[in-house]
Amino acid sequence: MDNLEALTSAALQAIAQAENATELDSLRVQYLGKKGSLTDQLKSLGKLPADERPAAGAAINQSKQQVQEAINQRKEIIDSAATTELLKREAIDITLPGRRQQAGALHPVTKTIERIEEIFSAAGFDTVEGPEIEDNYHNFEALNIPDHHPARAMHDTFYFDANTLLRTHTSNVQVRTMETGEAPLRIICPGRVYRCDSDLTHTPMFHQVEGLLIDENVSFADLKGIIEDFLKVFFEADLSVRFRPSYFPFTEPSAEVDVQCVNCKGEGCRVCGNTGWLEILGCGMVHPKVLEFSGIDSEKYSGYAFGMGVDRLAMLRYQIKDLRLLFENDLRFLQQFS
Amino acid sequence: MKFSENWLREWVSPKITTEELVTQLTMAGLEVDAVEAAANKFTGVVVGEVLSVDKHPDADKLNVCQVTNGKENLQVVCGAPNVAVGQKVPFALVGAKLAEDFKIKKAKLRGAESNGMLCSADELGLAEKSDGILELPVDAKVGQDIRDYLLLDDAVIDVDLTPNRGDCLSIQGVAREVAVLNKTETSSPLIDEVTNSIEDVFPVELLSPADCPRYLGRVIKNVNVSAVSPVWLQEKLRRSGIRSIDPVVDVTNYVMLELGQPLHAFDLEVLGKGIQVRRAKADEKLVLLDGREVVLNEDTLIIADHEKALAIAGVMGGEHSGISDNTQHLFLESAFFSPLSIAGKARAYGLHTDASHRYERGVDYDLPKLAIERATQMLLDIVGGEAGPVVVADAVLPETKQVKLRANKVISLLGLDIPASETEDILTRLGLEVLESDNESWLFKVPSWRFDISIEADLIEELARIYGYDNLPISTVTSGSHLNSSTESKLSLKQLRRRLTSLGYQEVISYSFVEPELEDKLSILESEAIILSNPISSEMSVMRRNLWSGLLQTLKHNQNRQQDRVRIFESGLVFSKSADGIQQDAMLGGLIWGSQSPEQWGESAQPSDFYDIKGDVESILAMTNEASSFKFEAAEHPALQIGQTACISRNEKAMGWLGALNPQLQKTLDIPGKVYLFELKIKDLLDASLTKVSTLSKYPSVRRDLALLVDRDLNFDELESLISEQAGEDLEQIVLFDVYQGENIDSGKQSLALGLTFQNSSRTLNDDEINEIINKCIKALEAKFNAELR
Repeated sequence: MDNLEALTSAALQAIAQAENATELDSLRVQYLGKKGSLTDQLKSLGKLPADERPAAGAAINQSKQQVQEAINQRKEIIDSAATTELLKREAIDITLPGRRQQAGALHPVTKTIERIEEIFSAAGFDTVEGPEIEDNYHNFEALNIPDHHPARAMHDTFYFDANTLLRTHTSNVQVRTMETGEAPLRIICPGRVYRCDSDLTHTPMFHQVEGLLIDENVSFADLKGIIEDFLKVFFEADLSVRFRPSYFPFTEPSAEVDVQCVNCKGEGCRVCGNTGWLEILGCGMVHPKVLEFSGIDSEKYSGYAFGMGVDRLAMLRYQIKDLRLLFENDLRFLQQFS
Repeated sequence: MKFSENWLREWVSPKITTEELVTQLTMAGLEVDAVEAAANKFTGVVVGEVLSVDKHPDADKLNVCQVTNGKENLQVVCGAPNVAVGQKVPFALVGAKLAEDFKIKKAKLRGAESNGMLCSADELGLAEKSDGILELPVDAKVGQDIRDYLLLDDAVIDVDLTPNRGDCLSIQGVAREVAVLNKTETSSPLIDEVTNSIEDVFPVELLSPADCPRYLGRVIKNVNVSAVSPVWLQEKLRRSGIRSIDPVVDVTNYVMLELGQPLHAFDLEVLGKGIQVRRAKADEKLVLLDGREVVLNEDTLIIADHEKALAIAGVMGGEHSGISDNTQHLFLESAFFSPLSIAGKARAYGLHTDASHRYERGVDYDLPKLAIERATQMLLDIVGGEAGPVVVADAVLPETKQVKLRANKVISLLGLDIPASETEDILTRLGLEVLESDNESWLFKVPSWRFDISIEADLIEELARIYGYDNLPISTVTSGSHLNSSTESKLSLKQLRRRLTSLGYQEVISYSFVEPELEDKLSILESEAIILSNPISSEMSVMRRNLWSGLLQTLKHNQNRQQDRVRIFESGLVFSKSADGIQQDAMLGGLIWGSQSPEQWGESAQPSDFYDIKGDVESILAMTNEASSFKFEAAEHPALQIGQTACISRNEKAMGWLGALNPQLQKTLDIPGKVYLFELKIKDLLDASLTKVSTLSKYPSVRRDLALLVDRDLNFDELESLISEQAGEDLEQIVLFDVYQGENIDSGKQSLALGLTFQNSSRTLNDDEINEIINKCIKALEAKFNAELR
């Protein structure tokens, strides 16, 4: 049996020195294969006396088992080294930038209009659009602004001819909707509007969203409610809101709405001209004449209308300090909105 | 309107601070735009008298003066050109502080000692700029603090009045409002009738009585126009933003600011036989006070004598009949012109005057008498003279307005139940008069100065205004009675925009009016552009017929700012004129320029080409779920390159363009590298189909690749549709995976490599079946297109 011991220790030593899976496999064949040297030991059992055979057999099997375990352990070590090697080889710089098409962004004015649409949509307002080249009637007369009304001086109008102009507000869409639709109505009208004015704080084209609600028993209290809610939702802040009497020919009573300055929270700053307030929109109860112009019974129905400048809202929201940036379309500016 | 707070407080002075007053006005609808101090915050300036003036021995432009401050005589070096002996001037003593960092110290100027400074108006904040030192009236009390002398501790309040509140364009009007808001009374200055000392009158005829139903005139003889307006008058005018001209004009301006009644003074001696108020005659001419000669329109109301036009009524006087240095006798006018007859007239002559501003909005027809008395008294005080009696020409004045107010309408419109007594109180404080009332309604008489109140809603607004908008109730938002339509069978612009941004396009917004020359080159010949008659500039004078000029300008703008890759889109209306009138169509347009991908390490930059932008357009069209309803056809467009232009149609109707920018335009615009453009009519893009899911086959698919040699000018879609037609319904997909032209191929040919995928929904296709289909296709391709299998 000395032979078995020597054989086993030689095997274990060889296994411990095996460097790769191939070497290990040939050692397995050499010792444990069908013709392997340990397997051969079993074959020689028959030559032993019968009473010695069980003990000798057990010893051989134990050696085989021992060798097999050593092989398994060695295999694990070799495999794991190989994996480590592979991982090392395939490691990359994960800080390199990814490969992609750079996504574009919506213009801040569009973003703002979409946001306003969404907020009012939840209260049942449909979005309606209309023509930008408009006639005198729909832009002025039907809104109770006759020729030579001093209010026309507030609208520096672009004309094509005496009767054709670029709309000065999106209220023309309200008129067109009232003409064709039937009360009750809940609409908002976003879009481009034009006034013949260009300086640091005016661009000849800008954007408005106007809203109109016509129904039975609509009061100024409802108007105050929706405007206050809207402003809080829009600015995502519990801001103070104040209503001041004002004048628009198409509403009566009319109001100008100020919101607590979003920049300084009412402390007074450059943005609000140190007043703590931002003039944000105009609104009022639809003038009975306007209802009647469009064939709506002003005794049965009442309604409110409001209008706001989108460009200014976008500027406040995204801290855009120069109005002209909005239509210069500098990509370095626009790409900040992705 | 700008006014001095002190002046207002002469009329009504509630116990509130300036700040409270300003808030009160703003919250009552008289929005205060600005509050400024009447003068700088200086100290230590007194009235001084110049006793002597001597040339500075060592400086040409300086004088060495002796000036008294009432206590002592001091030497002052002064550089003002107008300094003179005997003058009363503002004298800043040593120690005076003219500004935070401007203190007057004893100094030596070119060797001469100077103990203080003589001040100009701008140095005290009384004017924007001035040419020399401020000369004070000779009766100014030497030594008096200039702040007290000129009452400079005053605020100038600038109110931005809405056009309906013409009644507030005066101290009187603002005072009325302040009194109402503070539940107090105004105390107007005592204005007595001036008894005539002479009998001279000048006749007045109202030839257009509807335009001018009331005209008061008065002769004042032997005035001294060389008199100087007193400093208090000049200061009040200055704080209202009006320059002092001469005492007669100053007085008429003063009364207009004080009471709201515009007045005009004529030089009596140049007037003919009498005043006629009439419409202008055709081609009648008038030289205005500003020196311009205008040809009058026949709808213009004028003041004339029997021969000629003297003034545009309610707008501006004429040069010829105005007050001059030689004027001895005046004819003073105080009239009521109907707002409608004045509205728009000033504008028509390119004018806007304080008078027209007021008359357009409405001037109280009961005011002319009071105003003419006020002005006469002031004139007699300042320029002397003798006044004749007031001549009154009256026609039919506007009817007093009566407006009904129902209590239930107040409740329904404001959501507020105001007690009847409060309603009456508020409205009567505003000057309305209750004519009739019962439990549910009132009939009110509107005061003559309120041109803006004519219907019930106007009264309700007045109630709300004085009650305070912020005190009115507020209701919670209720949503509509219907769900908003949300359609899947219609795409929205919102979805299209999202798709484009994820394809890497940046949204831009450009002006709808553009430069005509480029616009013209970019537009199809059949359409006509619409031109603005009053553009801001020639670069913005024509309405765009497509979105491309804005996109190209944007490209240029960004190229000039070192951008090397641009992908942009815009949506908006385009405008053109046709036989049917004005067309306004919403379009979606895009532009790409530069490399396919942003610069990166992973692959080398490839310039974008036609197929990049086409792929993006296809991605948009595919959103409809009806990609096959769209067709791309080779076509020509002036903006695009021949041979790289596609007209896009949907169900046979043209709805868009796609292509490379015309190389000539590219050169003109100086753009390096090719530009690709598209434009789609949004209306024709929105119809979409709902997805109808088809069953997924359980059986394997089989792919066969074909390499075909075909003529170079064969259109792929013809080939594709022939294959689809021949292959039948088991053909699942055709992929074009290679297009090759060049070496080893005849120059008139190209090689197309196609992958065809077959699949049947109910069984596995065998090789024989597929071979048969392929052979059929190849035969048809050979026969129709002379295609060869490679």
